[in-house]
Amino acid sequence: MNIPSPIQAAVQAVYEHESRRVLATLVRLLGDFDLAEEALQDAFATALAQWPNQGIPANPRAWLVSVGRNKAVDALRRRARHDTALGSLAHELSSTPMPSEAWAEDADIPDDRLRLMFTCCHPALSLEAQVALTLRTVCGLTTEAIASGFLLPAPTLAQRIVRAKAKIRTAGIPYEEPARADLPSRLHAVLNVVYLIFNEGYFASSGEAATRPDLSGEAIRLGRLLAELLPEPEVHGLLALMLLQDSRRAARSQPDGQPILLEEQNRSQWDAQWIGEGLEYARRALAAQPAGSYALQAAIAAQHAKAATYAQTDWAQIVALYDALLQVQPSPVVELNRAVAVAMRDGPAAGLILVDGLLAGEALHAYALAHAARADLLRRMGEREAAQAAYQRALALTEQEPQRVFLRERLRQLES
Amino acid sequence: MKYLCLVYFEPKIWDSMPQPEIDALQVESLAYDETLQAQGVFLAADALHPTETATTVRVRNGEPIITDGPFAETKEVLGGFILINAKDLNAALQIAAGIPLARYGSVEVRPIMEF
Repeated sequence: MNIPSPIQAAVQAVYEHESRRVLATLVRLLGDFDLAEEALQDAFATALAQWPNQGIPANPRAWLVSVGRNKAVDALRRRARHDTALGSLAHELSSTPMPSEAWAEDADIPDDRLRLMFTCCHPALSLEAQVALTLRTVCGLTTEAIASGFLLPAPTLAQRIVRAKAKIRTAGIPYEEPARADLPSRLHAVLNVVYLIFNEGYFASSGEAATRPDLSGEAIRLGRLLAELLPEPEVHGLLALMLLQDSRRAARSQPDGQPILLEEQNRSQWDAQWIGEGLEYARRALAAQPAGSYALQAAIAAQHAKAATYAQTDWAQIVALYDALLQVQPSPVVELNRAVAVAMRDGPAAGLILVDGLLAGEALHAYALAHAARADLLRRMGEREAAQAAYQRALALTEQEPQRVFLRERLRQLES
Repeated sequence: MKYLCLVYFEPKIWDSMPQPEIDALQVESLAYDETLQAQGVFLAADALHPTETATTVRVRNGEPIITDGPFAETKEVLGGFILINAKDLNAALQIAAGIPLARYGSVEVRPIMEF
């Protein structure tokens, strides 16, 4: 390479900080994802060629947008020799007044990343497509990295992205932020995608961690971006929830990947900075009434984060928060978590009545974790044989290896 | 862009619906077409006779094959359509969500190919 390395490093730094924002604006200006991605690559190739001689422009972002757009118009003109429709698009683009010169110094380009997120997470796309497209365009992950993150073959993932882009173009999914009236439901879809990405990373088995991208980290970055661009209470709630859960990362599994229960985690390994930040976002999320589902889940995580030990946790407060969560998001799994909190507040016998009630219902009848919770309560009550039977029942209901290892270990402890 | 809103519903919904409700739904449906017309987005709309009246044609080896009824037996069947002009998919979906029969069945929104 004959390019001086400091400039290369500078271009690399600009790429890391600005490429997503430049891409988001190019999609708006060019009206097409693929065209915008090509334009982005062309703009950075031009930067590598020109910046060593001409220096780094005062406003690299505006420079890249302007160069990228011009490159796209050139490319369209070249292709127009074969396709007249592209010629008229090129003409339309080049005759549209572009305030590119005005951007030269201090004038700033609007941040288009929010509209990029809303388009990637449009409910007209399948959830799988929303996740893939968000990671590809908003986070800038390669198709290969996303595929390895979801343990899918790369061509499958690539096809998903191609189809999603084709649907955006053909069905006319607009590149815009939703109207105020639609914001709650559309934002819910975006948050759902972000939390799904977080959980995929959070629950990934550690064996493959070396080759898998840090999806939890990407999700937290997305959460921070959303909090900056759209500071809604539920956005703060989700960011708080992710930070508080991720603060336990170092303490939540053994070196072999076996999970460690909250109850048995070494709390000194929890990330204090993440907790501090998470508590602050949780406070902001809860300032709005009525509190949303992410805000309440964050508030529960915050109670755990603040407790010195598992036993000293404010279980009464946690039960109250689960009650509120059930109002916004009725779910048998939330009821099960509430029952466990009641057991901590009032003793295992009180919890057992609730868990037995839930197990009698259809929804949790064959849910391994419900039987494991029941077994745990029986164990604490000294009902050894009943506890053993319940652990066996749970073991018969789960295929997940970490859960099976855990349940077998509990059974072994009861034997001795 | 042009979008075709295909309205699907189970024909048996009419069996359990009291006549005044059926009448009201028809009035509401016609009124909605007029609303869309007034907004300048309406291109065409029609309701279809039930699938018992349908005949299917296929051409194989140059020969038309005529059969009774629709090809597949499904619960929800195409019962009508509205062709609209809309700025983008969001606008089209909003119009589709306003179709009275969407409360009873479903509306499939398809962009029209432009040549």
